[in-house]
Amino acid sequence: MKKLHRRSFLKGGLAGGAAIAAVGTSKHAEAAGSFGGYPDSMGVLVDLTKCVGCRTCEAACNKEQGLPAPDKSFDDPSVFEEKREGGLPRRTTEKAYTVVQKYDVPGREHPLFRKVQCNHCNEPACLTSCFVNAYKKTPEGAVMYDPTVCVGCRTCMIACPFYIPAYSYSSAINPVVKKCIMCYDTRLKFGKPPACVEACPQEVMTFGKRKDLLKLAHQRISEKPEAYVDHVYGENEVGGTAWMYLSDVPFDKIGYDTHLGDQPIISYVKEFLAIVPMVLTIWPALFTGFHLLSNRKDALKNEDNKS
Amino acid sequence: MGGRKKTLMGMAALMLLTAPAGAQSWAADGPGTVELGSLANHYSAVTFDHAMHVGVAANCAECHHHTTGLAPTDPNCVRCHEAGAQARSVACKDCHSDKRFSAEDLEKTGGNPQLYHKGKPGLKGAYHQKCLGCHTTMGGPTGCQDCHTRNDQGDAFFHSGKYAPAPKASGGHGGGH
Ligand code: SF4
Ligand code: SF4
Ligand code: SF4
Repeated sequence: MKKLHRRSFLKGGLAGGAAIAAVGTSKHAEAAGSFGGYPDSMGVLVDLTKCVGCRTCEAACNKEQGLPAPDKSFDDPSVFEEKREGGLPRRTTEKAYTVVQKYDVPGREHPLFRKVQCNHCNEPACLTSCFVNAYKKTPEGAVMYDPTVCVGCRTCMIACPFYIPAYSYSSAINPVVKKCIMCYDTRLKFGKPPACVEACPQEVMTFGKRKDLLKLAHQRISEKPEAYVDHVYGENEVGGTAWMYLSDVPFDKIGYDTHLGDQPIISYVKEFLAIVPMVLTIWPALFTGFHLLSNRKDALKNEDNKS
Repeated sequence: MGGRKKTLMGMAALMLLTAPAGAQSWAADGPGTVELGSLANHYSAVTFDHAMHVGVAANCAECHHHTTGLAPTDPNCVRCHEAGAQARSVACKDCHSDKRFSAEDLEKTGGNPQLYHKGKPGLKGAYHQKCLGCHTTMGGPTGCQDCHTRNDQGDAFFHSGKYAPAPKASGGHGGGH
């Protein structure tokens, strides 16, 4: 079980699922297909060589998103030593949509800091894996999530190749997936940069049209080939992501999965979900799911009344 | 000569947002101190000891790139910028936008195919990349509060100082899953 990624679990699930349930009519597979992203969508280029690990971005996110107070101050560097099971570095949680990780890279003079948040994929696996369509990709580039639709099955958490969506355990009857929304409702949709981008003292992150950022990324690499590895992470990975990365250390040495391939994860997740009986995939949520579905009707009714 | 002095005075005046009158002093060649306060929402303004840094830096180009008339120190810049005339302005904020990523800034940088310096950092980024970059190699101060004192708003923002979270009772769940 050591190196069984959620990725490979899904792939395995596909094979196993095919054997068990070959009868599924692919109601959920119909939307599969490549669309390559909105042409003018925005993105963020993260230059890891510039990050100093000050965590101002985390504090800015906390404030902008109205998240609960952190367990430790945002200027407390001891968080970098916190390890999850298996020695893995800290990750995003329902209380922290972005976290900065620290990597001690042998031969590098200073530690490398890596800011983690949702990458806002062009063709998001969270979106395509969700059978109630709780996710949407906006033309501006953000991948949004609608808690009123979500039934709490957590398939998106398994599907996300970057381990981003976190599940809120704060309320047992109101399951909510929490993740970075690229500050869509307060900033992005008004053309403003995300709070974390704006707060960063080092301007580690560059906000702009994704296609412009790609040019900028390659310009930086060609201007200073000695300062960067020749790889823009997110340019092609899983069909491309809105948040992309430049680094001086090979990405596989600092926790990036470089074996994801360039194809969106859509295809096989779609198939997987179409053929595996729903009960197998959403067992954890069945209790709350039905409750919520009826709740949702009420919510919709209320909304109707409001408008 | 007069033009340069004016420019520098302009720079000092623009950046001198919070300093009491007379807080800047003049060294022979450039301002003695410059108050950098235009971005100070979480920290008090920085009193930048320009005169001291003139003494420490190899030459003006270390910080001012090609604008002071000297050849830039970065070989990559030398490809286009040589030693020559002094630029119309040498102030950081005249080239590095304090409205980085605003709609107009994005239009200017992203929308212009002729523009070479597409990724030119904004004012805050320029300050920090230059200062911290050099301080790191030269052994200068690198902590946030080594240069600027955080104010109350900043303490609240960082959940620090009197806004620090209460220490967790032991045996707690620890939060991060
Ligand atoms: S605010 Fe910028 S420099 Fe500081 S940790 Fe975040 S990305 Fe790095
Ligand atoms: S990074 Fe994960 S959560 Fe974010 S859009 Fe991509 S698949 Fe979805
Ligand atoms: S884009 Fe917004 S929501 Fe996402 S990490 Fe940055 S501040 Fe948080």
